[in-house]
Amino acid sequence: MDLFKIISDIEKVDPEIYERLDSRRRVFKHFGLAGKAVTGAMLPGLVSGLFQRAYGQTNSLPADIVAVLNLALSLEYLEFYFYDSGLAAPNLIPSADRPAFEKIRNDESGHIKVLRGALGSAAIPDPTRNAFDYSGGRGTGVGPFATALVNNYALFLGSSQAFVDTGVRAYKGGAPTLMPNKDILEAALNIHSVEARHSSHVRTVRRGLAASQSGQGATGVAGDLSNLNARPKSWISGTDNGGPSPSTNPSTAPVYGAGNPATGAPTAIFFPAENNISQAGVDISTIAGLNATAASEAFDEPLDPATVKSIARNFVNAAVAPNLFV
Amino acid sequence: MSKLHDSGVTDQGPTALVQPIQRRSFLKYTGASMAISGLLLAGCDDDDDPNNSGNLLDVGSGDNGVLNYAYALEQLEAAFYAQVKTGTYYSNLGAATSEKQILDDLALHEKAHAEFFKTALSTNAIKALEPDFSSINFNDRTSVLTAAQTFEDLGVAAYNGAGRYIQTAAYLVIAGKIVSVEARHAALIRDLLSYNRFVDNDVVDLFTPTGNASTPGVGNGTGLERSMKPNDVLAKANGFLKEGSKLSANNLK
Repeated sequence: MDLFKIISDIEKVDPEIYERLDSRRRVFKHFGLAGKAVTGAMLPGLVSGLFQRAYGQTNSLPADIVAVLNLALSLEYLEFYFYDSGLAAPNLIPSADRPAFEKIRNDESGHIKVLRGALGSAAIPDPTRNAFDYSGGRGTGVGPFATALVNNYALFLGSSQAFVDTGVRAYKGGAPTLMPNKDILEAALNIHSVEARHSSHVRTVRRGLAASQSGQGATGVAGDLSNLNARPKSWISGTDNGGPSPSTNPSTAPVYGAGNPATGAPTAIFFPAENNISQAGVDISTIAGLNATAASEAFDEPLDPATVKSIARNFVNAAVAPNLFV
Repeated sequence: MSKLHDSGVTDQGPTALVQPIQRRSFLKYTGASMAISGLLLAGCDDDDDPNNSGNLLDVGSGDNGVLNYAYALEQLEAAFYAQVKTGTYYSNLGAATSEKQILDDLALHEKAHAEFFKTALSTNAIKALEPDFSSINFNDRTSVLTAAQTFEDLGVAAYNGAGRYIQTAAYLVIAGKIVSVEARHAALIRDLLSYNRFVDNDVVDLFTPTGNASTPGVGNGTGLERSMKPNDVLAKANGFLKEGSKLSANNLK
């Protein structure tokens, strides 16, 4: 039996064995074993050492992956403390909707746990609740969303939608950077879709509230294409007319707008606005039976890190957390 | 060994299809020391024949394989919502109702996805699949919405589980653009059937705080979607496809 027979046999149960070993050729060199027969007596220590290297966790992630994951973690903290503050505010969230926001808050807590685990010592420290100014005032506390965590449930829902849709776009934009690490990529995708589920529900609740329906009754309220600001569909239609609060400063319009670069070749990665109707060079709106509205709704769009940060920074107390989303 | 695979999937496909992926997941989650015993248990001379897929239609390998896998699932969804429109549940819905709007939108979105993949794949596309929806009563609201939930949740789990096989970044972004829309669909259909079930433990590994819920990151669970491997997805999807249209994905890696 030689080493290559062992690896060949292992390939039958783990097709990725060569991939795992390939980046670690120095292991072979270190042992000076390439092509040599290995005696049975040598096997235990040698094999365990080799496979600990092949299957073991590495501690240092590439800088670009760390950056994507820490941006994601920052957004999770932004969301977590927002929902947690909402749940703590008396007379804000109606009892019918508390279970949903407890689920959403707890999901974000789980995402924070997962991202911290993936980042290890590279994770940013918990910025804490004090890092955020959910009024949109950057620390003044008197921005246009100030009542969202006091007594304005409609505004709470509007802010929730804007935060979660920003998150969905951010994960989509970050995914390509994670491609070299398949397990981290899959974890990020498994966060991404949960955020989209949250967005869908928040949008349903908003439609209901606009029609004075809560609980199951909210699902009986249709989206209104002429009033997407207050009665959005559970998916993004066009640019949602700028989202829940397009006319304030800060505005929710950039959440649904274009990032940078906004255009590119069909095979390139770029960040068009949510009303984009062309995918990989295919004009979806001209497919028989479809139209521009359906074409925009059927595909969400990614957002680049710089644009995500510029949106999120509006909700940071810059004096407390000068480095958050910078 | 067959009981050690990682997913909670109960549907088991033909043994030849699920065995390799189970062994692989097993290895991934148990690490180095178990790799050796896994090897011994599997048997050194027990070759798996990748071509032994019966009369299943294989989606292929590489990026085209992943895109065809997605195309197949989108075909299934598009065909489903097209058939929903032929049943009395749909035809009895009032013109301005939310459920009519939702089902109309879902039919359009899934058609957009399927036609996109067909166009993008061009001559590399698999054939038009023949669905088998005989288990669904299209005149019954619960039957239709339950099936819709199955398709939407399965689609999300499938895209999330297949992302790791995509080699071209632009295709990964396309898959991401679609899967979040599928997740939006899934959440709304689930809320229609039972409010506040937009996430629940069957599709998401729910997180439970073990201390103060206001302290982030401390608790059991992850809040992650339960992504699924292609063979587990197809074991379910094949239940809605006729003989000759049933699929395998033995070459995605």
